[in-house]
Amino acid sequence: MVSRVLATGTRVGGQLRHDPRTVALLLALPAVLITLLRLVYAHRRDEFDAVGAPLLSLFPLFTMFLVTSVAILRERRTGTLERLLATPLRKSELLAGYGLAFGAAAIAQAVIASAVALGPLGLHVASGAAWVITLCATVALLGMGMGLLASAFARTEFQVVQFFPATILPQLLLCGLLVPRAALRGVLHLISDALPMSYAVDAMQHLSRDSLASGVVVRDLCVIVAFALLAVSLGAATLRRQTD
Amino acid sequence: MSGATGTARAPASPVITPSAPAISARGLRVRRGADDVLHGVSLTVPRGQIAGLFGPSGSGKTTLMRALVGVQRGVSGSVQVLGHAAGSAQLRRRIGYVTQETSVYLDLSVAENLRYFAALMGAGAENARRALAAVGLTEVAERPVHALSGGQQVRVSLAAALVGDPELLVLDEPTVGLDPLLRRDLWALFRRLAGDRRTLLVSSHVMDEARHCDTLMLLRDGRLIWHDSPAALTTATATADLDAAFIRIIEQGSAEW
Repeated sequence: MVSRVLATGTRVGGQLRHDPRTVALLLALPAVLITLLRLVYAHRRDEFDAVGAPLLSLFPLFTMFLVTSVAILRERRTGTLERLLATPLRKSELLAGYGLAFGAAAIAQAVIASAVALGPLGLHVASGAAWVITLCATVALLGMGMGLLASAFARTEFQVVQFFPATILPQLLLCGLLVPRAALRGVLHLISDALPMSYAVDAMQHLSRDSLASGVVVRDLCVIVAFALLAVSLGAATLRRQTD
Repeated sequence: MSGATGTARAPASPVITPSAPAISARGLRVRRGADDVLHGVSLTVPRGQIAGLFGPSGSGKTTLMRALVGVQRGVSGSVQVLGHAAGSAQLRRRIGYVTQETSVYLDLSVAENLRYFAALMGAGAENARRALAAVGLTEVAERPVHALSGGQQVRVSLAAALVGDPELLVLDEPTVGLDPLLRRDLWALFRRLAGDRRTLLVSSHVMDEARHCDTLMLLRDGRLIWHDSPAALTTATATADLDAAFIRIIEQGSAEW
């Protein structure tokens, strides 16, 4: 079982290695964007801290959503998924293999972005880099789950890429990054409560203020993991061994 | 409907074993939506044979193969493969299935593909190397699959099914779109693979290829209208070649055969 997970992780990692342009974009883009943000807020350090820190935790969500949705869609469309499921490989092993390879990429991305942000750019995060990386890894899992789910509802790459603004942008408006969640009233607040990205931003806001990670952060992490597991299991149900 | 007779070759081993036939289906029915795609197909393929599945496109060849491999939804009837119900988990190690599309990873090298499929089938690197040699691709092992010709890509897909050393190979139109030389080489390879009591089920719509098969199955509109040797087909239809026999039997239907 472990050997099939490792083999799948190696295979997916190998596909990434054969695509150096994607790897370069994946690893460098968040660091470049956070640098750009620092230049935009050149004389407003407080605002850079308030926007930069939550943004750092959202990059893994964006990236993993896109790479997972396209990668799984490709498996469905090229017939490799049907072939894989006709071998002894289990769905859980396939997904764990993807988690291994993409998870490693997400952590590498988070390490680079945090190093640049917390180092030369001077982003202030009170509880330190280790918590930032932990949060990013958790959010990456969420991105994978959402991407997997999106791939089930798309027939082409065009469609699956459209799911990105459709599912991510509303969350971006309601997650507390633009307007504090406390200022959202009524239905908007309820919707914000029901969206996973809100908990990523909430956790990061706590991490950047408090030197010791509080119970709230742990609760937020648990909520994100729960959302991720829900998305992964719904997505896994759409990977069918038998199809029409 | 009986098993193959006529020119069927003897299995490689003369020892009679009590093992079940490679494929045995009774009343195989496949429902898709409100319609039946296969209407109660019954067939038997003994081990060690090359069984050819022929018929016009849309006749249900792919659906029948998918039902035997166990990836088709809406199957009813009795379908036994290598002595087990089709689709059961213990068969996944024993069947090699090659779909019509080149279902390997185009961005990976040939060797990387084979190593991956070998690992999934619980086979080692030695199996991957042997499969590569069997399809004659050792020289291009390190090339990415997308850089290979169409014929080479078909062989990579085939090798990926061979790594697990399967007892039954199910090949969906493996020769489609290939030049005559390549088709001849592939059929020679299939004949070699059919040694050691390995069974091959090969579909095609080029009737000329039927002469390479031990037993011949003709599908039309989801019904099996012929299941015997190629020689018996030309005799029964009183035609000179298989192409003519094919056209005659497809046009006249199954009533008189």
